[in-house]
Amino acid sequence: MLANKRMLALGTGAVAVAMTVTACSSGAVQSGSGSTGAAGGAVTLKVATVNNGQMKDMEKLKTEYESANPGVTVNFQVMEEGDLRAAVTADVASGAGQYDIVTIGAYETPQWGANGWLVDLTPELQSDASYDVNDLLPPVRDVNTFDNKLFAVPFYGESSILMYNKEVLDKAGVTISQTPTWQEVAAAAKKVNTADMAGICMRGKPGWGDLFAPLTTVVQTFGGNWYDSSWKATVNTPEWKEAVTFYKTMLDESGEKDPVSYSFNECLTALKEGKAAMWADASVAASMLEAADSPVKGKMGYAHMPVDKTKESGWLWSWNLAIPTSTKQKDAAVKFVKWATSKEYIKLVGTKIGWSNVPPGSRTSTYELPEYKDAAKAYAPITLDVMSSVNPKQPGVNPQPWVGIQYVSIPEFQDVGNQCAQLVADYLANRGTIDDALGKCQTIAQTAGDKHKK
Amino acid sequence: MTTTTTQPIELEDVRAATATDKRRVQKKELWRNRGLLLPAVVFLILLTQIPFLTTIGFSLTKWNLLYPNDRAFAGFDNYTSALTSGDLWPSIRATVLITAFSVTLAVLFGLLFAVLLDRQFRGRALARTLMITPFLIMPAAASLIWKYSMFDTNIGMINWVFRSLHLPVVAWSTEHPMATVVIVLTWQFTPFMMLILLAGLQGQDKGILEAAQVDGAGTWRTFTWITLPHLRMYIEIGVLLGSVIILQVFDPIAILTKGTGGTKTLAYLLYERAFIGLDVGQAAAYGVVTVVLTIIVATIALKSVFKVFMAGGSR
Repeated sequence: MLANKRMLALGTGAVAVAMTVTACSSGAVQSGSGSTGAAGGAVTLKVATVNNGQMKDMEKLKTEYESANPGVTVNFQVMEEGDLRAAVTADVASGAGQYDIVTIGAYETPQWGANGWLVDLTPELQSDASYDVNDLLPPVRDVNTFDNKLFAVPFYGESSILMYNKEVLDKAGVTISQTPTWQEVAAAAKKVNTADMAGICMRGKPGWGDLFAPLTTVVQTFGGNWYDSSWKATVNTPEWKEAVTFYKTMLDESGEKDPVSYSFNECLTALKEGKAAMWADASVAASMLEAADSPVKGKMGYAHMPVDKTKESGWLWSWNLAIPTSTKQKDAAVKFVKWATSKEYIKLVGTKIGWSNVPPGSRTSTYELPEYKDAAKAYAPITLDVMSSVNPKQPGVNPQPWVGIQYVSIPEFQDVGNQCAQLVADYLANRGTIDDALGKCQTIAQTAGDKHKK
Repeated sequence: MTTTTTQPIELEDVRAATATDKRRVQKKELWRNRGLLLPAVVFLILLTQIPFLTTIGFSLTKWNLLYPNDRAFAGFDNYTSALTSGDLWPSIRATVLITAFSVTLAVLFGLLFAVLLDRQFRGRALARTLMITPFLIMPAAASLIWKYSMFDTNIGMINWVFRSLHLPVVAWSTEHPMATVVIVLTWQFTPFMMLILLAGLQGQDKGILEAAQVDGAGTWRTFTWITLPHLRMYIEIGVLLGSVIILQVFDPIAILTKGTGGTKTLAYLLYERAFIGLDVGQAAAYGVVTVVLTIIVATIALKSVFKVFMAGGSR
């Protein structure tokens, strides 16, 4: 009897085992049967994409492409960013060939290109004069280039800018220049900070893409960086300490009260509801603050991302279309990618969906379209200005061994950024000291950096 | 022996013969029963043990999804790094603390509400349905509701009350991450405990309560001396089931605290290793370690459940 009970207990334990195990292995062992297009003229292209507004618009417009190219069917798989990253990485890494076109971030492109997972698009694009590859914004082209080969084409791109409520700042007699410094912004935030309205809203939610997106740019403009040119981690430096302390002091004095809960969406709400006066974040936020239903429409002012020791400190991010080498329909895939990132496509979105919905930050010519200039006059000029002046090859004071601004394009960075963000969050919440947080983060970053030392 | 047999022997023989026959029949029936169960057992083994063995296999390999070409046998390296990285023990501590606090508070509140709802009053059915709702809401949705409409410093109700009383605004997720998670879990699991305890209360013999009243015992003494001992079994089951569910908690941590301030439970740690670290080998090793710990807890816990079922009648 006792033995039976034990068996039962163990059996139940084993069920628990299986639950945990399937949970943790499901992301890894997606074999994917892979759908290849039928022989002959009929071609089915499978596109994996992220659930952003601009991507969903592309799905709506795919019928235009299908009717212009008889025999081609385009199937979209729209996923949330995290799911997309896991699904596409597993598929491409294992060479399963489930997707013909994948949507990837600027963080992935150089790494995947180096792994030989992506088709080099340079010859196809350069040979086509009507595509005009040089019209793609140079910094965005840079972050998607590895070894002089363009492995992905930008679908839309963004930088970061400072957004402020003009009404509130005017009332307090504060003016912000077009190219402010962080000290200037911190002082202004302190001045307009009241019990009801935070002076400034900044991301504090722990995560490499949350807290560390703006914080990395602050560190870089204060003269610090994650690694030096020989992949030695440089986190426990005075520059880092100064930057992170500055960030915390600004949050303590005039930031939102619960930083750990705040990231992009929370700050957007706070700005719209008049609960924060300023915000430094992704430039795409401007189009949301100026949307027809926004209470602060027309009341906002925009400036370059604040700086300290560098000239610019805006970040650079883009969502791009790329073709995995495992595809069996390369030519059809290239044709679709070219269509979706062409000048004509941008005009198509403008006429069919609306000019404010045009994918921004990919092509210089977009900013010359009169209709777009009119629809996005509040933020288009500054977005273009910032996006073409940031330098992803050396955003900080010192040279760095990778191309990119608010991230380090090594596979370990997600993990490093995440763990460090949690340590910094403990410091922001007064649970730990800055030296302790940066010291631990230095060790984590160095372990990752060691793998890339030449 | 063969020709002359005495009656007792004959009787014994007869008895012996029937006994063997019966045993044979029983055996046959047993095998048929087992045969009927076999498909389910095979299915269960396929579904549970093969992934488990695969995971053990993964845990012994060096495999980061982003380094596809660098895949090799790693021996126990992943286990060594899991046990020495210093992430495991804080995580076990967080899991135990969160589970202990949430279950205790949920049982206390559950008991209170169960006692209240056991009384007769108008609209009792409606009140019961409303009380159960928190348990029916998806954990992720519950965490989001709490994050925005309760804890938020600008629009949250808790801070609205604080502001109205001229108390300082509390930044829940930043300043009190553990309390934040425990509050959400308590809110979610109080109805669960309440349901179990209510069933216990309704199964109580009203005659005994009347007898106690006749003997002059007050409400408090009746409750502590008669009702609580009767409920003990139900409380034990509630604590056991609640702990098993809360041990795997993930949603409130992912949504509210992101594992900061001592709230990184084993489930969240595993998620981080697998989906942010993208390190399949190390995540599998953490998974196996978690499972070993869970088996230990489950074995102890299940034993106590059987004790409850068996000794239940004598209490």
